[in-house]
Amino acid sequence: MSKEKAQNLRIDNTFDPVTYDPQYILMVNNLKKYFPIKGGMISRTVGYVKAVDGVTFNLKRGTTMGLVGESGCGKTTCGRTILRLSGDKTGGQVLFNGKEVYDLSDREMRSMRTKMQIIFQDPFSSLSPRLPVGEIIGEAVREHNVVSRAEFDDYIDGVMDNCGLQPFHKDRYPHEFSGGQRQRICIARALAVNPEFVVCDEPVSALDVSIQAQIINLLEDLQEKYKLTYLFISHDLSVVEHISDTVGVMYLGNLVEYGTTKDIFGEPLHPYTKALFSAIPVPDPDAKMKRIVLEGSIPSPANPPSGCKFHTRCANCMKICSEVTPEWKEIRPGHFCACHLYDDVKPAETAAE
Amino acid sequence: MAKKKQVGYLSAKEARRISKENRKITNEFEKKRKRKNVPESEYLTTMHDPKNAVEFDDLHTYFYTDAGTVKAVDGVSFNVPIGKTVGVVGESGCGKSVTSLSLMQLLQRPQGQVASGEIRLNLGDKAYDVTKAPNSAMQKIRGNVVSMIFQEPMTALNPVFRIGEQIEEVLELHNVDHMTEHQMKERTIELLEMVGIANSEGVYKMFPHELSGGMRQRVVIAMALACNPRVIIADEPTTALDVTIQAQILDLLRNLKDKINSSIMFITHDLGVIAEMADFVVVMYAGRIIERGTAQEIFHHPAHPYTIGLMASKPVVGKDVEKLYSIPGKVPNPINMPNYCYFKDRCEMCVKGCEGAYPKEIKLSETHSVSCYRYYGQKED
Repeated sequence: MSKEKAQNLRIDNTFDPVTYDPQYILMVNNLKKYFPIKGGMISRTVGYVKAVDGVTFNLKRGTTMGLVGESGCGKTTCGRTILRLSGDKTGGQVLFNGKEVYDLSDREMRSMRTKMQIIFQDPFSSLSPRLPVGEIIGEAVREHNVVSRAEFDDYIDGVMDNCGLQPFHKDRYPHEFSGGQRQRICIARALAVNPEFVVCDEPVSALDVSIQAQIINLLEDLQEKYKLTYLFISHDLSVVEHISDTVGVMYLGNLVEYGTTKDIFGEPLHPYTKALFSAIPVPDPDAKMKRIVLEGSIPSPANPPSGCKFHTRCANCMKICSEVTPEWKEIRPGHFCACHLYDDVKPAETAAE
Repeated sequence: MAKKKQVGYLSAKEARRISKENRKITNEFEKKRKRKNVPESEYLTTMHDPKNAVEFDDLHTYFYTDAGTVKAVDGVSFNVPIGKTVGVVGESGCGKSVTSLSLMQLLQRPQGQVASGEIRLNLGDKAYDVTKAPNSAMQKIRGNVVSMIFQEPMTALNPVFRIGEQIEEVLELHNVDHMTEHQMKERTIELLEMVGIANSEGVYKMFPHELSGGMRQRVVIAMALACNPRVIIADEPTTALDVTIQAQILDLLRNLKDKINSSIMFITHDLGVIAEMADFVVVMYAGRIIERGTAQEIFHHPAHPYTIGLMASKPVVGKDVEKLYSIPGKVPNPINMPNYCYFKDRCEMCVKGCEGAYPKEIKLSETHSVSCYRYYGQKED
């Protein structure tokens, strides 16, 4: 057992470093985040949960990238790892404005925090019940000295106004607000420090349909106003299609497909993406769909299948799929995919389906 | 203080008065309900149409809270035909879950009470009025004739019992066919196979935490189907699940419905799911039905401004819109409902008549009806 296990434990950390390209606000290169599994008598590390296992993408300034996938595929961990919110990374690079996020000292990181912010999934648990709303929004502003003390009150009023909150809400506590209003508070909190980049971690999943539309519109308006860049994590594909410019599809810690929204939704390449899209319910009772039903559920990330991780559920599984890990390559300009079906296709050439 | 003068804040004296009054009302309801040996004739009734499995008739379910009476369901009537699926749509807090809980008599008591109205349940050779049925009769109905698939499979299963034991409990309680222990185990495994669990013998011995969300939901469905119920209430059965798992569960429910020919009352706020599952759709808003019809009518010709707004506010894959429509404002305070149309303050299509009392339901076709003043004129023409 020892040999096999030892091999499993060794973390492969080889990648080609990327050079900074100023058009991208964020460059993620082969990012890995493993969580150790402790076991045995003396709590040795006996294995790893490979939550994020080699994710590569670049994010242009002022655009929105959607990150979709089933629950447990590592979308949220990916977002948090980019912001350096879950300890150290395991491997790879995160270049934010050309600077490696994980190389910054604590002090530098602290000032960098104003540039990158996160909106959490659940507006019911991400707000402190003991602080009034004005303090929740203003705390970071004061700590980072974003504005002078004299302008502080007006500034907070302005931020709240932008997010559709009234100034008199400042003295209220989170429990006095409805779900949609709380999500506005979360958004106001994130935007109060003038960030350039915001990770939106399922910001509308906990909300009703009519409230969802309000929040999505708000996010879009704010993006236009402040030239924000979003990483929009969601499992609701229709929302992602609406808001995103580019989309990455994740499966078990890996990106399996990445491209512009039009390409991904118009001509999905990877069998997983196709299955995912065919599962979206369409609000039309007469729509006849050919649904690709994926059997079973997502395998354990602690012990992922060999070769292509999707081969256990894939409809187009071939012999090679269980043996060789498919390459991440550009099938068409700007449209990346990792699948053996496209092995013969020369990179970045128009292929016939 | 300034805060006390605001609307929605009650003085202690007033709160005491309300809760005293509430207790008087709820005690009366409870007394009625706790009687022993109630003759069957008291809750025996006849179905208006024997083709219906359930008939809700002018149902009023109120919650007597210390802040005032919340009319969670305020005059809802609709039918669930045998072998059909009825979808109930609406925002959270509109009373869709309370409607289904009234049918199961699982309301949070003593505050929650069915104040008036009838729910007629078809038992084949006879029909019961569920609202008048005592606990002893309800116990025979729950899980046997009517069963429920709950929203969160994580909390609907007991973490300290094995899956097999939990399903067998239902069979044992309603032991209709006088099964032996061995037969019950066989039936349980058969049920697990029916809901698409491959390793049914293994799952039989597992605990809920060993299963994924989709698998747990399948177990909950297996439990609901154990006694071949006539009516299945599915209360947001796929909201907590992924799209791919959701597709599996919806396929499963559709196939099972055909197999045992029961009716499904499908509660959800996802219009896509409703379009796929339902034969009839009921749209609820603030405790009342505002529109009802067949799925085709509701999705192709939505009539009520709220339904139209709801459709427009959901992004649809493959349909490009610059900006999503969002319904302005919010649901009125459930304690002080206005005496005009509840949607008037948020409605962008108001007409003159909207100033009047709450609009009566108006028929647009044989099956399609709506509560809105916009259609009053059309009918007279």
